[in-house]
Amino acid sequence: MSEFLDRRAFLQAGLRWSLVMPALPGLAAEGAPAPQSTGFSNYGQPAPSERHVIRLIGSNPRMPGNGVSWTPLEALEGILTPSGLHFERHHNGIPEIDPQHFALLIHGMVQQPLRFDLTDLLRYPRQSRALFLECGGNSNAGWHAEPMQKPVGAFHGLVSCSEWTGVPLRLLLAEAGIDPRARWVIATGADTAATEVSLPLAKLQDDALLALYQNGERLRLENGYPLRLILPGWEGVRQIKWLTRLEVTDRPAMSRNETAQYTQLLPDGRARQFDFVMGPKSLITSPSHGQRLPGAGLYEVSGLAWSGHGAVAAVDVSQDGGRHWVPARLEAPVLDRCFTRFRAAWQWDGTPAVLQSRVRDQLGNLQPGRAALIAERGRNGYFHYNAVVSWAVDGDGAVRHVYA
Amino acid sequence: MAMARCVTSMRDGTGWIAGQGRLTSWRQAGRRLTAGLVGIVCLPVGLLLTSCATSAPPPTAVALAPHLGHPVTSDTLAGLGAQIYPDGHGLPAGSGLAVDGAVLYGQYCASCHGREGQGATAPELIGGDGPLSAAEADKTLKTYWPYATTLFDTLARGMPPANPAALSDDQRYALCAFLLARNGLWPADRPLDGASLSAVQMPNRHGFIDLSARGNPQP
Ligand code: HEC
Repeated sequence: MSEFLDRRAFLQAGLRWSLVMPALPGLAAEGAPAPQSTGFSNYGQPAPSERHVIRLIGSNPRMPGNGVSWTPLEALEGILTPSGLHFERHHNGIPEIDPQHFALLIHGMVQQPLRFDLTDLLRYPRQSRALFLECGGNSNAGWHAEPMQKPVGAFHGLVSCSEWTGVPLRLLLAEAGIDPRARWVIATGADTAATEVSLPLAKLQDDALLALYQNGERLRLENGYPLRLILPGWEGVRQIKWLTRLEVTDRPAMSRNETAQYTQLLPDGRARQFDFVMGPKSLITSPSHGQRLPGAGLYEVSGLAWSGHGAVAAVDVSQDGGRHWVPARLEAPVLDRCFTRFRAAWQWDGTPAVLQSRVRDQLGNLQPGRAALIAERGRNGYFHYNAVVSWAVDGDGAVRHVYA
Repeated sequence: MAMARCVTSMRDGTGWIAGQGRLTSWRQAGRRLTAGLVGIVCLPVGLLLTSCATSAPPPTAVALAPHLGHPVTSDTLAGLGAQIYPDGHGLPAGSGLAVDGAVLYGQYCASCHGREGQGATAPELIGGDGPLSAAEADKTLKTYWPYATTLFDTLARGMPPANPAALSDDQRYALCAFLLARNGLWPADRPLDGASLSAVQMPNRHGFIDLSARGNPQP
């Protein structure tokens, strides 16, 4: 019988399992050529045999700067996404900005409009936070009538997790002096489309960061170099890259990306607007679609969970399409609005199974099943798909995406 | 008296926070505080009395920041181009006619959005049928967009993508007139300007549920 094992059982079973592991490469294979050595490098790259681990790109044929690239979630471990594999969604390309001539402007309903050059910003107190960042359109193939047959990254990979370091925005807002009647801030990027969004002032005065660094180094070009907005837990499109302007105001601008796009049409014909927080979501990255289990035996089921409302409280896993659930182990650190890695030991007997995970966050929000989500939201919402993901394991070990 | 000062961080790393109740620290914390004090002094007398009577120093700690922002003049701001709002605030002077917009559309837009605006490698701009509650709802400029001002803003910022600056404001009004007219939302023979654009009643003007309060931090 297939079953999830408790941790102690896993350790014992693991011992048995390790006995059948192939010999370590260090002791390896007679006749293998002696490895070549190379010298130092100024900036390290992945091992040559790992260079297939890449972001897949989906871009507009007539407008190459418009599209997405997905984080290959199935190929990664832990909770942090390497900066070069962080997902991208650009509306009109990546501007290459000269940091010498870059400035952030804060104006509008303020006592004193201010300009901050990059050298100024680099002198402010900083804060580092590990945070997930998810596109509002992530996983949108989940609304399709038929389950999409693609690896987890090419399906759900418009989410990544980085340690962001920057200046708490409220310091600069306080410096400019906010008019007490102000309620909104229009944030604008320096990309060719001058992408703009309207943001409630309260969020910007709370935990917004002006990020200068990502995973310890200065931002990558495609992640907004030299400055991007970070809004913990909120939809990616709000976290303006190449941030250059903040206009403090008393009302939203009703820009394209908060009206025509990134709003969710409901079955009754009305649409959810300014739905900022990304809901609780989890998925199993191993095993996942496109992989094959070589045979019955012991496997680690592992995946990622996150919620825009706070920290992950619990993740359950199921092997029978959600009829029975058992708790998975959450791996430390479990941080507020950050990826959390979960793991469970699974003894597979070689018969068909349907693996699922579901997360509950610290505020008690539960990741919905697909049927429940569609009953509430219909199928035209397009954005904010966060339903439970199901992987069928066939008798031959093949893993594929199903609706269950 | 110059003095090196060590300030303990009171909240989890969100800046250098001076402990409250230390008025000297606050003064040193810079002109923001001074501005705050001036603000209090300027309050109407009645309010000032109440606030003096009821409030000690503000309950939150004051963040220390180096205050390096450079004042920006209104001239500089005027040169930046105004943010466009649904009430028409920020829309530039100028106007345009649908006939001219039709020519511009063929020249600058049709290659991606389709000759008839039916959509190609870029979204549909002309058309869209049926109610938004339909199973296969058609979300278009005509059926879905709540404000016509958003159309001008979209063009001014980013269309055509290769060179949004190629078009003048008059040309943008002409394109808006053309697209709105072809969608039955504007009379084809009337010139469109900022005032009339913001007065266009889009069919889905009241179709949105504003959830903006939800994501905000608890007061
Ligand atoms: C090179 C191809 C291309 C050209 C030329 C082009 N567009 Fe676009 N347009 C796009 C793409 C792609 C999008 C979707 C952008 C996105 O995903 O953010 C778009 C989006 C739009 C939108 C928003 C549509 C929606 O429903 O959200 C409008 C309006 C628009 N374009 C108008 C125009 C006009 C008017 C012109 C001519 C002046 C033009 N475009 C020229 C590619 C193009």
